[in-house]
Amino acid sequence: MQIVFEKPKALSDTPTHYCPGCTHGIIHRLVAEVLDELDITGKTIGIAPVGCAVIHFNYFECDVAQAAHGRAPAVATGLKRVNPDNIVFSYQGDGDLAAIGTNETIHAAARGENITVIFVNNAIYGMTGGQMAPTTLPGQVTQTSPYGRDTKTAGFPLRMCELLATLDGTAYAERVAVDCVKNILKVKKAIKKAFQYQIEGKGFSIVEILSSCPTNWGLEPVKALEWLRQNMIPYYPLGVFKDKEVSR
Amino acid sequence: MAEKVLMKGNEAIAEAAIMAGCRHFFGYPITPQTEISAYMAKRMPKIGGTFLQAESELAAINMVYGAAAAGARAMTSSSSPGIALKSEGLSFLAACDLPSVIVNIQRGGPGLGGIRPSQSDYFHATRSTGHGDFHMIVLAPNTVQEMFDLTLEAFDLADKYRMPAMILGDGMLGQVMEPVDISRGNNIKTYEKDWALTGTKGLRKRNVVNSLYLSAEELEVLNFQRFEKYKEVEKIARTENCLLEDAEVVVVAYGICARIAKNAIDTARQNGIKAGLIRPVTLWPYPKHQLKAAAEKAKAFVVVEMSMGQMIEDVELSIRCSRPVLLCNRTGGMVPTREAVLESIEKAALLKGEQNADSI
Ligand SMILES: Cc1ncc(C[n+]2csc(CCOP(=O)(O)OP(=O)(O)O)c2C)c(N)n1
Ligand code: SF4
Repeated sequence: MQIVFEKPKALSDTPTHYCPGCTHGIIHRLVAEVLDELDITGKTIGIAPVGCAVIHFNYFECDVAQAAHGRAPAVATGLKRVNPDNIVFSYQGDGDLAAIGTNETIHAAARGENITVIFVNNAIYGMTGGQMAPTTLPGQVTQTSPYGRDTKTAGFPLRMCELLATLDGTAYAERVAVDCVKNILKVKKAIKKAFQYQIEGKGFSIVEILSSCPTNWGLEPVKALEWLRQNMIPYYPLGVFKDKEVSR
Repeated sequence: MAEKVLMKGNEAIAEAAIMAGCRHFFGYPITPQTEISAYMAKRMPKIGGTFLQAESELAAINMVYGAAAAGARAMTSSSSPGIALKSEGLSFLAACDLPSVIVNIQRGGPGLGGIRPSQSDYFHATRSTGHGDFHMIVLAPNTVQEMFDLTLEAFDLADKYRMPAMILGDGMLGQVMEPVDISRGNNIKTYEKDWALTGTKGLRKRNVVNSLYLSAEELEVLNFQRFEKYKEVEKIARTENCLLEDAEVVVVAYGICARIAKNAIDTARQNGIKAGLIRPVTLWPYPKHQLKAAAEKAKAFVVVEMSMGQMIEDVELSIRCSRPVLLCNRTGGMVPTREAVLESIEKAALLKGEQNADSI
């Protein structure tokens, strides 16, 4: 019998705990496929965030450090500085990366830290049950913006790729989306490029992935992807925001 | 005879760390500990190490977390307000059993406080280091030589017991210059770290550094296990004693206060009072048995500290409040004088053993 489709080796056999229809699973698979294709699982160290992906150490077959909420880029920095030959990636949600950990994110990028950040932007705090995130859209209803995010009191969302692209230490920043097969292929390409940049020592790389949280958005999985397409992509345009080796 | 080098306290800590094999230092500027960062910034690039000025103390301690997870000897240093920010990381380091060394060159508080020496982070170091059930080893030097020696020891103990260790100094010890014999730094023990995150290389199962346990049953077991380890660590509790044998008034002081107290007990002896000194070298574990033993002979205790009275609670606990305990303290950056300590000793000498200190 010929095997035509199998689980990437960089993923363990442990069933994930994600909600049905959650896109974290797809993103895990794509990261794992890239680790396989680049044959780097054995020298990769992942950083698990505080957020729905907090126990990703049960899923990835590489060494993993779980980090305090938002501190993944600092933890990654420590690991990378000790063993620059290791491939170090953090996997972070929007609350983790763009609220409590904004400082760590910006400064890791500004230092041109040679690490890769997989940024899962689902416009909400998933793990804690659906509160407003720094990336929650204007007007979006969440548990802590029950009348819709009011920009008069809650301000505006952060566009992290655009922000980080302004920094000299950022080598690669691309925003992609997991809303359809065509885009999912682009997600994989971007993740692979980000890891390749790290392997080549080019500097800080980040892939922002627009993702869905059907549970806390209160939408069926397919509807959630439609919502992502119709609402998130116009606010967070897809594309490459920075692609330039850091020159020192 | 070993050659001695003239050094500031802060520099002695930095040099000891380097000699202990620390090649990863993450800091953020704050007075009165900045010489440590400056020393590291100068030396690390020359010896293939990392000096990184982080964006905050939060980032610095989490970089230590990453470096320690990779199996390296890593250190960060700060002073009181910065140490408060490190609390989050200290809890995570302890929870993941990661060896690491943290230096607190204390200054006056609360709030932004001042930049003069203080000992008002005793509670933070020994009690409220961060959230959750955990301890870290806390060592309290009282000379520049000891800044050096105890830093070497901190790295060793941290690795041996797989836990964070703190050097608790103060602004005066950090700044003062004294000759230091650095020869001990040439004899360093290293430890196998098969738990470190270095990549599986396809040869072993993945290593994980984690402190999340959603099963309460599992977390309880782990906490009990860690406290079993702490029972072992408690055996390292130690003091330096002066004229304690026949002491009726026992002064208890650590750090710079112990040096002042030494002078005071000498004068007290000349004046006919049998005074002695216990200087805790380890603040956690606290040398409670040594204190308890001293209480059997002593009539009264005097605690000298640069805070509103923090270590005094450990003295009272250790001796089960069986003797009166007087507090001789300054705060806000002020340092107690020998005369003030002497006065407290004289007062204590007039007390009868059972009398409660509150009644005087
Ligand atoms: C210091 C701290 N503050 C708050 C929390 C609670 N908390 C856990 S996950 C989370 C939000 C995570 O949201 P996000 O980063 O967007 O990831 P997602 O769960 O959506 O994948 C928060 C606030 C915490 N664990 N630690
Ligand atoms: S809460 Fe949202 S982000 Fe978290 S697993 Fe469920 S669907 Fe996914």
